[in-house]
Amino acid sequence: MGLTIIEKIVRNNIGKEVRPGEIVTVNVDRVMIHDIFIPFVASKFEEMGFTKIWDPDKAVLIYDHLVPASQVDDTRHFRIGNEFVEKYDMKNIHRSDGICHQLMTEAGYVKPGNIVFGTDSHTTTYGCVGAFSSGIGYTEMASILGTGTLWIRVPETIKVNITGKLPENVMAKDIILKLIGDLGADGATYKALEFTGDTVENMTVASRMCMSNMAIEAGAKCALFSPDEKTAEYCGITLTEKEQDLVGDADAQYCRVIEYKAEEFVPVMACPSNVDNVKPVTELVGKNIDQVFIGSCTNGRLEDLMAAAEILKGKQVAPFVKLIVTPASRKIYQEATKNGTLAVLAEAGAIITHPSCGLCCGRTGGILTDGETVIATNNRNFLGRMGTSKVNIYLASPKTAAACAIEGKIVAP
Amino acid sequence: MNQFTGKIWILGDDIDTDIIIPTEYLALKTVQDMAPYAFSPLRPELAGQIKEGDIIVAGKNFGCGSSREQAPEIIKALGIQCVIAKSFARIFFRNAINNGLLLIENDQLQDAVKEGEEITVILNKAIEYHENQYPITSLPQNLVDILNAGGLVKAMQKLNSAKDCTI
Repeated sequence: MGLTIIEKIVRNNIGKEVRPGEIVTVNVDRVMIHDIFIPFVASKFEEMGFTKIWDPDKAVLIYDHLVPASQVDDTRHFRIGNEFVEKYDMKNIHRSDGICHQLMTEAGYVKPGNIVFGTDSHTTTYGCVGAFSSGIGYTEMASILGTGTLWIRVPETIKVNITGKLPENVMAKDIILKLIGDLGADGATYKALEFTGDTVENMTVASRMCMSNMAIEAGAKCALFSPDEKTAEYCGITLTEKEQDLVGDADAQYCRVIEYKAEEFVPVMACPSNVDNVKPVTELVGKNIDQVFIGSCTNGRLEDLMAAAEILKGKQVAPFVKLIVTPASRKIYQEATKNGTLAVLAEAGAIITHPSCGLCCGRTGGILTDGETVIATNNRNFLGRMGTSKVNIYLASPKTAAACAIEGKIVAP
Repeated sequence: MNQFTGKIWILGDDIDTDIIIPTEYLALKTVQDMAPYAFSPLRPELAGQIKEGDIIVAGKNFGCGSSREQAPEIIKALGIQCVIAKSFARIFFRNAINNGLLLIENDQLQDAVKEGEEITVILNKAIEYHENQYPITSLPQNLVDILNAGGLVKAMQKLNSAKDCTI
């Protein structure tokens, strides 16, 4: 019987065939820790009695949620992180280069077929290059740092097959929001998602990232794309035979197969305050808005900023709307500067911020208050995420968000 | 302890980790500092009302959202003995076990009970409410081992002290 991608990755890692439901211990290829949780990882690690990291080069520490510090206490996280890096001989640290999930693939830490864990739920992102990556808590992270291993339950796989050409106004974000709406917030809990079909084959790695990033919003353990030529180019590698084989076999067992025709997708939004509360933008048209946020590990990439700039070019953001644009990394910031994207956005009236998590996690730049409405390109619209619990957060694609910024109300792009 | 009785608090479906503890309080120094803000976006008064030994009964997908481990830690710090839900989100499930917080999956209890009533949990067997029993399944052995050790930190301490002895 054939295997799904996740079954192949786990098999390659432990050296024996596995089936869904089996509990196995895997060897971890890479771990990511971010600034919010480093103090807890550090104290748990020492409390557990470890004195060295199993392989310091496999650990990456990234400051992003708290960068630059907006509260005095945030600096404690940086101090503890810096001490930890020094004490345990870590070399991979990024203090202001961008969002962890962007940097892990952009800076080359993750390759196809890797098994990666991070102290952040959106660690599912690295499935965009065919890596099994998932979020864990800080206690488990501490135990991996000591042992290099973690137990996992081999997940069943839901296959999502998308064929055809997407309409002009539809982005990867609309696809993943539609899928989350169809699956529900727990529709893929404990399961792997596997994306196939010519629509995803034709997508950029950046678009695939947007989709694997949000898979957790349907509860998924990971979201995998088969590595291909685009992946190889993005990762700066030539695919090995093993990596080329990371494709679901024709006779693999899927617990569910979902088919979509690309032509049938429309721009959608996730309405307050659940990510699976998804509606076509046409049903929401006319609602007044106060702010627009374009950024995050979901939609802060160059293609996202360029898509927004294309719509905003020569136009002005509505006078009462604040448009906040946050590139996902320094590299993206530089590229968007060089190709003129940031200038277009600035001329249209955007507030352009430093690369970081920014408003997505409600820590800096653009907190809202009771009754205000924000159109945001990030991945969560939970109560209280961007200010008070009475803020209305609508999640949308960068194109939709840019169109709304101009009109000052919800419109379809 | 094979069985215990506690007063229940009822929560709905999809109780996410931003509800359990909003991001703005995550940078507070200790879990004890954060505990008063638990569930504040949904029910600001709840954290102050929960007493040692109480039980949370919730709907499906409890603990969905971020990987913040403070979520189960805070629930434990409030004195909650166990959380019974129709289902749990994956990361929350792992984090709870790793911190020694007992989770029980059951999808029938929610429609029968009312907030403030008492239920009895008989481990690996059933939940008792009035005259009714709701069967529950037992956890896989590797998770029981972590719970029995008192959480993952203690399990790793055991591992490391065993290593020291062999040197």
